[in-house]
Amino acid sequence: MDITELTVHELQEKLEKKEISITEIVKAYVNRIIEKEPDVKAFVTTLTETALEQATEIEKKVNNGEITSKYAGIPIGIKDNMCTKGIKTTCSSKMLENFIAPYDATVIEKINNENMINLGKLNMDEFAMGASTEYSAFKKTANPWDLNKVPGGSSGGSAAAVAAGLVPWALGSDTGGSIRQPASFCGVVGLKPTYGLVSRYGLVAFASSLDQIGPITKDVRDSAMLLNIIAGHDEKDTTSINVEKKDYTKALKNDVKGLKIGIPKEYFGEGINLEVKQALEQAIEEYKKMGAIVEECSVPIAEYALATYYIIACAEASSNLGRFDGIRYGYRTPNYENLKDIFVNSRTEGFGAEVKRRIILGTYVLSSGYYDAYYKKAQQVRTLVKKEFDKAFEKYDILITPTSPTVAFNIGQRSNNPLEMYLADICTVSVNIAGLPGISIPCGVDSQGMPIGMQIIGKHFDEETILNAAYTYEQKIKFRDKYKPEFKN
Amino acid sequence: MEVSEEEILHIANLARLKLKKEEIPEYIKNLQDILNFANVVNEAPIEGLNTAIGAIDNYNIFRKDEVKIFEDNKALLENAPEQEDNMFKIPKVI
Repeated sequence: MDITELTVHELQEKLEKKEISITEIVKAYVNRIIEKEPDVKAFVTTLTETALEQATEIEKKVNNGEITSKYAGIPIGIKDNMCTKGIKTTCSSKMLENFIAPYDATVIEKINNENMINLGKLNMDEFAMGASTEYSAFKKTANPWDLNKVPGGSSGGSAAAVAAGLVPWALGSDTGGSIRQPASFCGVVGLKPTYGLVSRYGLVAFASSLDQIGPITKDVRDSAMLLNIIAGHDEKDTTSINVEKKDYTKALKNDVKGLKIGIPKEYFGEGINLEVKQALEQAIEEYKKMGAIVEECSVPIAEYALATYYIIACAEASSNLGRFDGIRYGYRTPNYENLKDIFVNSRTEGFGAEVKRRIILGTYVLSSGYYDAYYKKAQQVRTLVKKEFDKAFEKYDILITPTSPTVAFNIGQRSNNPLEMYLADICTVSVNIAGLPGISIPCGVDSQGMPIGMQIIGKHFDEETILNAAYTYEQKIKFRDKYKPEFKN
Repeated sequence: MEVSEEEILHIANLARLKLKKEEIPEYIKNLQDILNFANVVNEAPIEGLNTAIGAIDNYNIFRKDEVKIFEDNKALLENAPEQEDNMFKIPKVI
């Protein structure tokens, strides 16, 4: 038995039966990191040494009854844009290369309350801006299925680490697809919860009205379990919503009979790779066989939503990233004579090209003379997108689309063409614009053996229905039993 | 959508960024490309629709205005590039 291949619920079962111990689990992961991290490059910071110390300590406390959490000693990896007290939080940026948060993000507090063990901080596109993790200022993470390919992004480190068995599960963040798309590229499960379900306190802000933290896991049950831990109202995040606490694992019924599924045709047209489309069509057939009621429908907002996304996300980013001024934290230039020099040179030297591109676009659409033409229009389109989804959800329980128009592409293939990279976000961004929950699960591989992701979109705060739909399909096709990352070189 | 050199330098200045002479054409091209694409919002049927404020339009979230002391001053200040006497240090402004 290879411990690093087990899901978290499998680890829990074995811990309960005393077939394995917490130290054995953590040791297995530390060894796996030593073996595979040089190929995958998923981590910005590894915490293997402290993890082993924590394991011994937690094990002792579990054995003498001091700790009762069923997640005690379970390792986890954290995307490097969530603040961890005393541990660097870099956002994969030179700007925050040496930043040590003086407090924990709310999700980190929740993880720590369960006595889980943080194995390290995971690589990402700088400030979560990107779809391939190539825009990290430190390293390019490789896709465990084929090391020449990108893991997706921006939570590429999180998805690659889960796929490679470097961590049993991880937290990512999703502003326009940054959990779902890398999950799709790496053949794992990625859930973006409804906007407001998980506190953003301590998540370094990119676009505050779109950002949401969520789980990246090996299977759907683990996704529901990690959501149980991180969901909940938080006074420190005014956009977090006070909804009733649920046990999402109870929603996993392995039954979709009578479930009404809409297939929005706009997400299956031109630009969607043929093999991706075929895999999705097969998955949809499976749903029919399992008793779901499937219908083609129209949600005619895909292109508008994409344009709106880049206007709103960059506008918010330009405002949020205004705080990086070289004064209170972050990089300060050595080249200055006055205060303005500090601002300008620290920002110019501290941010990478993609971040600067987005700040410039955001500043442009908010500037006098263009505000009405772009930003205001985009906010009206946002209302339109929400209305169109509302309309679709009057008729259907869930919507199914591809997660990404293609499978993982080669490292370097798109990094010099920002617009091409942006256009590939077409399937995921509208979900953030409307604040809906969306999950990506693997639904097959293409002829090169690269995983294909299916996206299931649900109603606001109806994570249960998408989790059950994903779970039922997963139980039927058993992707993890058939396919494994091969670390192809 | 045409963006002039003067315009991009104005925007960069507003964003407190400096563009090198040789970078300017590329930043102009990237901005023009995305703006040309973004113009599609002008074709959307949005007449009469409100401007959204977010994913979920909640206004005025209140909580009690209570002072909560953040104890770890030292950890806060340790992130500052320069500090003196428990304060952030900047060059002289007047």
